Amino acid sequence: MKQQYVFGLAALLAIVGLSVFAYKWQVLDFPLTRNQETSVWTIESSISFDSGPGSIKVNLLIPTLTPGFRMLNENSVSRGYGFSLNYGSGGREAQWAIRRADGQQTIYYRISVYEDEGMNQSDTTPPFPPPPVINEPFKTAVDVIVADVKEQSADTASFTAELLRRMNDPSPDPNVELLLSNATTRAEFVESITTILASARIPARMVHGTALQGRQRNAEPVTWLEVHDGDQWRYFNPMTGEENLPERFLVWWRGNEPLINVEGGSNVQVGFAVQENHLDAVAIAETQVAQQGARAIDFSLYSLPIQTQAVYSVLLMIPIGALIMVILRNMVGIDAFGTFMPVLIALAFRETKLVWGVILFSVLVALGLSIRFLLDRLRLLLVPRLSAVLIVVVILMLLISLMSHRLGMETGLSVALFPMVIIAMTIERMSVVWEERGAADAMRAGAGSLIVAIIAYVFMGLPWLEHLIFTFPELLLVVLALVVLAGRYTGYRLLELSRFKVLTEQ
Amino acid sequence: MFARPQQLREAGVLGLNERNTDFIMRLNPRSLYPRVDDKVITKDLALKAGMAVPELYGVIFNQGEVKDFVEIVEGRESFVIKPAQGSGGDGILVVTGRSKRKRDSFRLSSGMLISTGEIAHHISNIVGGQYSLSGNRDKALIEYCVNFDPVFAEVSYQGVPDIRVIVYRGYPAMAMVRLPTRASDGKANLHQRAVGAGVDMSLGETLTGVLDNEVVDEHPDTGALVSGLQIPKWNFILETAARGFEVTELGYLGVDMVIDRDLGPMILEMNARPGLNIQIANCTGLASRVARIDEIFDSRATPEQRTRVARREFPADRQTSIHFDR
Repeated sequence: MKQQYVFGLAALLAIVGLSVFAYKWQVLDFPLTRNQETSVWTIESSISFDSGPGSIKVNLLIPTLTPGFRMLNENSVSRGYGFSLNYGSGGREAQWAIRRADGQQTIYYRISVYEDEGMNQSDTTPPFPPPPVINEPFKTAVDVIVADVKEQSADTASFTAELLRRMNDPSPDPNVELLLSNATTRAEFVESITTILASARIPARMVHGTALQGRQRNAEPVTWLEVHDGDQWRYFNPMTGEENLPERFLVWWRGNEPLINVEGGSNVQVGFAVQENHLDAVAIAETQVAQQGARAIDFSLYSLPIQTQAVYSVLLMIPIGALIMVILRNMVGIDAFGTFMPVLIALAFRETKLVWGVILFSVLVALGLSIRFLLDRLRLLLVPRLSAVLIVVVILMLLISLMSHRLGMETGLSVALFPMVIIAMTIERMSVVWEERGAADAMRAGAGSLIVAIIAYVFMGLPWLEHLIFTFPELLLVVLALVVLAGRYTGYRLLELSRFKVLTEQ
Repeated sequence: MFARPQQLREAGVLGLNERNTDFIMRLNPRSLYPRVDDKVITKDLALKAGMAVPELYGVIFNQGEVKDFVEIVEGRESFVIKPAQGSGGDGILVVTGRSKRKRDSFRLSSGMLISTGEIAHHISNIVGGQYSLSGNRDKALIEYCVNFDPVFAEVSYQGVPDIRVIVYRGYPAMAMVRLPTRASDGKANLHQRAVGAGVDMSLGETLTGVLDNEVVDEHPDTGALVSGLQIPKWNFILETAARGFEVTELGYLGVDMVIDRDLGPMILEMNARPGLNIQIANCTGLASRVARIDEIFDSRATPEQRTRVARREFPADRQTSIHFDR
């Protein structure tokens, strides 16, 4: 009956811990390993123009839906301008306004994005476009082309591919030639293609953007063709007819509206600069969660001040040490002084490093023990004797620090990090065991404590484990579940297998 | 080096974890612990139940009374000083006589001389809690030093040999004789390297011994055979141990008894967490005996009836002792 409660509780704790962990890992994208970095691309668009005499209003189309990318943050740098973000017909717009300005003006808009596969689906299905109104003789040409291409295609994608092939034919047929007679830029070329597609009732639009790679001083936005096949948007290279999108193509704006519109200024120049940074994945996950307003972040340790974080990164490993302790004592059966003394010693080892830690600990305990035996002759009462041992330990620590400093061994200074009360208690317990049970038992238990401390140190110092517990503190619930389960472990201890071996030799 | 868990399971061996969870936690409610952890209470309860215990000369409750021990032992040649809440035989001082020349010096069971001042320091350590289970302040008992029966004289080196009986739900389940050695400093505790010898429950005859988890046939100091000794008043010893259940209500109990030459068997102390070495001494697993007791358990049985059942059910596996006798 009780057994079931224990299993139930352990299962509950483990499920809660693991599901929070899974949610943070899978949905919120918290990284499993430390220093997992994500590329963050910062695209800066600089707008410069000569100011006119009156008030100035600048409208810049900015990224709205960006397949394959998620926005980390955005900001604008503009001195004295009022800044606002609006939704226009072509998507989001940044707007700057000022009553008057002198001379050449430069305004910056900066956006940081990172790659996220999950962003591909976040677009809507458009309605069928109305047939465009086209004047003769272009209308006939369009009709002929649409009829011809329809003849040689099966669906939207193949229609688009065939249309693009004809439009890019080095020796085009007269209808195409007529339609392209006015198209001088790539944008105008793509625009006329969208017109033809609209006549065939196929939703299509122009997309303008940049392929992000490394650091680019002057990235030119290129125009791509976007066609909806009823299920999803497909991307076509308008110059080749291939269905693809350049790698890491950030869509800046869509449609045939101009990127920039400056009222009251002249000689407008827009430039794009791209820079790649590597940001800690934790930071990105946090920013994203903060934007989504998820509550999980409120309980994240990363929101604490850095100094407190450092404290907790150590404290959170104590449960791991306790788990090791449970395993070594209840499942292996190692004898050690004090319940958690080895864990605290292991904590001190983190600072002193292992070899020095073991040396310092042994020296300290050995010196303390010999002085404790001297104190024994004085026949002091228990509490004063314990206090005397404690004071002796402090003095010994001081002497070791001073001596190692003299000898130029700075590691000796870290002896100060040992928990002195724990060491004093260890010395006292060890001396009592020494007197009562003999040196062998005292040494065995002392060595057992040291072994447990070393093993605990190794596990508590694993960087990936430290990161895992710090990023996902809910895993402590799993540790708790394991400890609760171990509390009902009734099997043999490893050392009992050898201790009771004689009983099986009948 | 290691046995497989399966093998131990088949041999009916009880492990520490199983003892702690399935026996101590289930059968021994913590509220009953003071009955065995405080020897003053144990003695009181045992006396009320009409059981024989070593006579209590006096109790020292605090540091101020430490000097009073001289008055308590006035006119007595031998006595024992022990912590009321000690464990594992720690902190027990056995005084067997006084120095002939210096009246303020005492002779310990080991033959060493000890001054009054040293005894007072030992008592103040006891009162300060050095040997207490919890580390809290404690009391020091001064009681009758058992004049033990010569039956174990050949197989003990100084000190007091005692008999440990494990009582499970009132039924004596297993027993051993604990024989002090030179290494154990006269103490009958297996942790301190005393020899433990298994006992045939039905006959009250000793089997082979165990020293440091190793099976031994001879006492390491005297060289005498440990096995084949008949324990006197065996039935009375088992009945007294069985009655320990009524006194303490602990379902998993270790009863430690000594046999005085003049006064017969008496209860020295009782233990709510008896160790598991008794299994090695008897070359038998405790779990299998416990399982048998659970089968035949009768809540209305008297201590006499339970003793009879135990003697019937748990004779020694003779093959085992033959095996080790060779």
